[in-house]
Amino acid sequence: MTQAAVSADHPVFERIKSEIDEQDVVLFMKGTPVFPQCGFSAAVVQILSQMDVKFKGVNVLDDTDVREGIKHYSNWPTIPQLYVRGEFVGGCDIIREMFENGELQQFLVDKGIQQAS
Amino acid sequence: MAMDADEIATLIKQTLPDAQVTITDLRGDGDHYAAEVISSEFVGKTRVQQHQMVYESLQGRMGGVLHALALSTSAPSA
Repeated sequence: MTQAAVSADHPVFERIKSEIDEQDVVLFMKGTPVFPQCGFSAAVVQILSQMDVKFKGVNVLDDTDVREGIKHYSNWPTIPQLYVRGEFVGGCDIIREMFENGELQQFLVDKGIQQAS
Repeated sequence: MAMDADEIATLIKQTLPDAQVTITDLRGDGDHYAAEVISSEFVGKTRVQQHQMVYESLQGRMGGVLHALALSTSAPSA
């Protein structure tokens, strides 16, 4: 199925893509980085803040289309979802596991993303 | 509606027959589980792909009746 056909099925994909392309690190989450409204979203915010990584939070609770559309966009059924330079990296479990074994730090270095030294 | 641990393990094993599945009930509410899944089907797959395979075996329940599944996946150690 071509990209155009997929977008026709999911008009919200255009909006999602523009959010993802707008900043290097984008977190689709419940709530905001300052006021996360779900434990899993808060856990990823804390990891990114601890690494001093600049990121954009997209509050899916503000937009039901994005909240559902993002799950089809990435074929991932839950929120939060972390994107780095347009690539889906994972949800809470994967980000936490990558952080704990140092993989996330290396991944961000490889992607040229600024973080605390 | 909630799920019980055996139902989760059964669903996973239907699509990953060789899987070793360990389910931990995190809150006793049938909604928050942790699952460790070890399967040879994961060889050569990224972590995202491995988790997606498990989510697909749950046939749409993930994020629905099953609110939270803390998942860790791996291929069998050689």
